[in-house]
Amino acid sequence: MNRLAPSLDPLAAHQLSVSDLTVSYHRIPALHHIAFEVQCGQCVALLGPNGAGKSTLLKALAGLLPRETGRITFHHEEIAGATKDFAYLPQREQVDWDFPTTVRGLVEMGRYLRLGWWRSFRKEDAQAVDEAIEAMQLRPLEDRQISALSGGQQQRAFLARALAQQAHVFLLDEPFTGLDRPTQENLKTLLRQLRDLGKLIIASHHDLPSVPEIFDHAILLNGELIAAGPLAESFTEHHIQTAFQTPTFAGPPHHAQAHGHHHAHEGEHHHH
Amino acid sequence: MDWLTEPFQHEFMRRVFVGGALIGFTNGFLGAFVVLRRLALMADSLSHSLLPGLAVGFILFGLAPMGMFFGALVAALIVAIGAQLLARSSRLKEDTALGLLYTVAFSVGVVLISFVKVRVSLMHYTFGNILGLSDTDLWLIWGIALVVIPLLTALQRPLLLTLFDPTVAMSQGVRVNFLNLLLMAALVLTMIASVQAIGVIMLLGLLIAPAATVYLLSDSYAAMLWGGGGIGMFGSCAGLLLSYYFGLPSGACIVLVLGFIFSLAYLFSPRYGLIRRLRPARHFHEESLARWPEGAQDRGAAKPQ
Repeated sequence: MNRLAPSLDPLAAHQLSVSDLTVSYHRIPALHHIAFEVQCGQCVALLGPNGAGKSTLLKALAGLLPRETGRITFHHEEIAGATKDFAYLPQREQVDWDFPTTVRGLVEMGRYLRLGWWRSFRKEDAQAVDEAIEAMQLRPLEDRQISALSGGQQQRAFLARALAQQAHVFLLDEPFTGLDRPTQENLKTLLRQLRDLGKLIIASHHDLPSVPEIFDHAILLNGELIAAGPLAESFTEHHIQTAFQTPTFAGPPHHAQAHGHHHAHEGEHHHH
Repeated sequence: MDWLTEPFQHEFMRRVFVGGALIGFTNGFLGAFVVLRRLALMADSLSHSLLPGLAVGFILFGLAPMGMFFGALVAALIVAIGAQLLARSSRLKEDTALGLLYTVAFSVGVVLISFVKVRVSLMHYTFGNILGLSDTDLWLIWGIALVVIPLLTALQRPLLLTLFDPTVAMSQGVRVNFLNLLLMAALVLTMIASVQAIGVIMLLGLLIAPAATVYLLSDSYAAMLWGGGGIGMFGSCAGLLLSYYFGLPSGACIVLVLGFIFSLAYLFSPRYGLIRRLRPARHFHEESLARWPEGAQDRGAAKPQ
């Protein structure tokens, strides 16, 4: 598996630190002064009601959204924007599934990032692609066009691409949504496998009862950071109440109306 | 086979075929990017906006190909950049801005042409006349093909990432904006190379028909590039033969041949063709039942009754 493992020193724990992160849409901050620290080898749940900024945080980490303030450092290096060490798995609707590529072609794309413009695709690249396909159980499907896959298979194909890319940090937006029970179980196992390879997995998630089965750490958000850390410390009754019972912030009243933001009463997930 | 070799007896027809084949390949190759990036409207706008540039170039420098080359280049740039500015400085979306600007530019071209004395030769640029291909035109075609194809081949990988998902590609350090700009430049250059032979109006057909054909036949990105080039080259040569034998306009013949090839793929493609879609798909009931263990199979088979 060493072709897929992170290329940095595997013994040192790779720390992702976020400090004072503020991100806003239309000048209303969606995330205010968020700070937390997580490490490779952890599986982190991003929790909070709709509009709490889960997707925003993932996109900001991936460098897809401009930050208003804040620093993100990984392995003691500041992440300014684009980085190959992070892999963002897009939501289903974002992908052009009719694109002329097979599962294998998609996984090879992950390799291209490491190769740059000119270096040729070598045997070891093909092997890395093979291993990623094998690890994500896509061997029988590798020649299928990507629209001819089920939802769970499509997700695995993107995970395999991130693996082939040798990403350290996997950013997943609601990966368990729309999957049936066996497929969820399967994804759970695969995520655990990735964690054991030393990857850091950060996934937004909305099904609170299943959190302890899948994740070992949690970040609770509601515009502000409510808690972050191991489940025992962060995933507590008190913190969950705070995150889900508080209406999400939509700016001062006049401002909210001007921009048509009406997230305020969307907290649908009152499981507790 | 005499009928096939006969046109090539004439030195001037050989030149026409070499030019046509090159233009066909370059356009077909580039078409993959236009189809996958959904730039057909953009490409159409750019091709139409060449006309006023050609007219101004003609008025200023006469029929000198270089003057017309720069005229066309400037006109395409004005429309492309102007549309961006218009879209960013107002509520208009880019497609509306482009549509507006290119029709205005095309109208300017039409008006300018009616002021020019030798109207006929400029009309060639509207519908294309490959028989008017001069030596300089041919050199221009060679030059542009030899820049565009190697460049896009070298940049295949980052271009693929950009085409597939530009936002994610950008987050991974691919220089998406630069690549888009380069693609636009390649597009404009290729159009200028092709405008004499195919004409402003039919350019889009030569550009997107080959790629659209391969898109219905294959799931490979590389096949779209090289297959598109191949089909574009074949379509151009076949179209030129047609035009030679029946005395028909060259641009129209080429696009007709390509349209015919496309319709074959649309109907008969084994994977994505219309007939494949309409024909009831084979059911894998037997294979599906084979998954059950021996005893359970009876139950599975009995179920439908």
